[in-house]
Amino acid sequence: MSAPTTPLALIAELTHRCPLHCVYCSNPQELQSRATELSTETWSRVFREAAELGVLQADFTGGEPLARTDILELVKAARAAGLYVNLITSGLPLDEPKLDALIAAGLDHLQLSFQGATEPIAAEISGTKSHQQKLRLLDWLKCRRVAVTLNFVIHRQNMHQLAEMLAMAESSSATRIEFAHVQYYGWAFANRENLLPTRAQLDTSLGFIQQAQKRLEGKIRIEYVVPDYYAKYPKPCMGGWGRKLILITPSGEVLPCHAAKIIPNLVFDNVKDRTLKEIWQSSEAFQAFRGQSWMQDPCKSCDRRELDYAGCRCQAFLLSGDPAATDPVCSLSPLRERVDAILAAVNAPASITSPVVEQLAAPVPDSLTQPIWLYRPNPS
Amino acid sequence: MMNDASPDRDSKPRLAPGVRLGENNNQRVLLMPERALRLMGPSLEIIQRCDGKHTVAAIIANLQKIYSKARPEKVEEDILGYLQLLQKERALDFE
Repeated sequence: MSAPTTPLALIAELTHRCPLHCVYCSNPQELQSRATELSTETWSRVFREAAELGVLQADFTGGEPLARTDILELVKAARAAGLYVNLITSGLPLDEPKLDALIAAGLDHLQLSFQGATEPIAAEISGTKSHQQKLRLLDWLKCRRVAVTLNFVIHRQNMHQLAEMLAMAESSSATRIEFAHVQYYGWAFANRENLLPTRAQLDTSLGFIQQAQKRLEGKIRIEYVVPDYYAKYPKPCMGGWGRKLILITPSGEVLPCHAAKIIPNLVFDNVKDRTLKEIWQSSEAFQAFRGQSWMQDPCKSCDRRELDYAGCRCQAFLLSGDPAATDPVCSLSPLRERVDAILAAVNAPASITSPVVEQLAAPVPDSLTQPIWLYRPNPS
Repeated sequence: MMNDASPDRDSKPRLAPGVRLGENNNQRVLLMPERALRLMGPSLEIIQRCDGKHTVAAIIANLQKIYSKARPEKVEEDILGYLQLLQKERALDFE
């Protein structure tokens, strides 16, 4: 065990309710219902405890955080606690008066997610028609003083639209763009065969992004999140387990990351039972993969262990069955061949789509040549 | 001031939307989307003058007075470098 560092950001999953049904949603497959959601008062206390712990930023996310009827009170409470307030939204349940009210309540930064550059692909990926509303919101934002980030989640089915996405962002008031490749957990893991880009797509996108970053320097900050299956070394997931970030689920469980609940036998504390400080400093789940004593070979003697912290624990579990294993995307992992086999299938000339997944609350695709998606439903 | 050019001396820097001063555990910080910069003496002095009223030239002249023991050229160089860094982070608008 090692002494905890100071957390920098609190990811507040205010609700799992969402009007969108994105096929790569980062919410867990077992969604929490409205009845279990934390109260306004409990969230307000958590924001104060987070600020006392050293947290600087609160990321309001979901689901769709605007589905909370007390969203204005929550923004005010987080600002009153001294936090910088980010709202990560689909923009769907929003009109101009509500936007003004959010900004007046203290919203610092609005992150608007896009599922594509055009309505058809956005509708296919999210199982909802929301693209036109997002474009209206971009217009409303132009004359308002709030930071704007556009989040484009990219994957095999929409990567050909990068130039159109960039053009949308350039004609908006955004000062920041995220082109984030889907990461393969939860719903995205289930839909992986239809989402993983080809190597050719990835190479093209890298050149495109580098050029855009250079051209727009000082105007728009462009962040690019790579699909780590193609990487040589794993990502330092969440900046290291229990080092920088705290995630709280709608019902109050405190997690080191979005996906941690998939790891068997980890016990998560709840903010209803203990203070955030106690949980951060000593809860079993946060201590489990702090420091280096849990690491295995090749990580425990690797020079990169301070850089990537052995990669992602959830990905290690998903790909190897062992959450303490070296992240199998690492080229030094003894299990890297499993990832290579997945990539080989994606990059094989005959590779089209393999409809292998069960459909839940999904619209029926038009034709059998279309991918069959596992859509994320709304919690009961 | 793209491509490593220095900011225009007559322009008036102002914190971009969603960029503001904050405080945590008695430490002043500059908060912005997905980032926070810790502010020490001179960096705080610079930020406090990025109000859309001071020109770059005025900020330099101001701080050269405050830090009168430092070489004026060094103060100027540091301020221009810092403003450039902030613009790269997209933390400033120049009016």
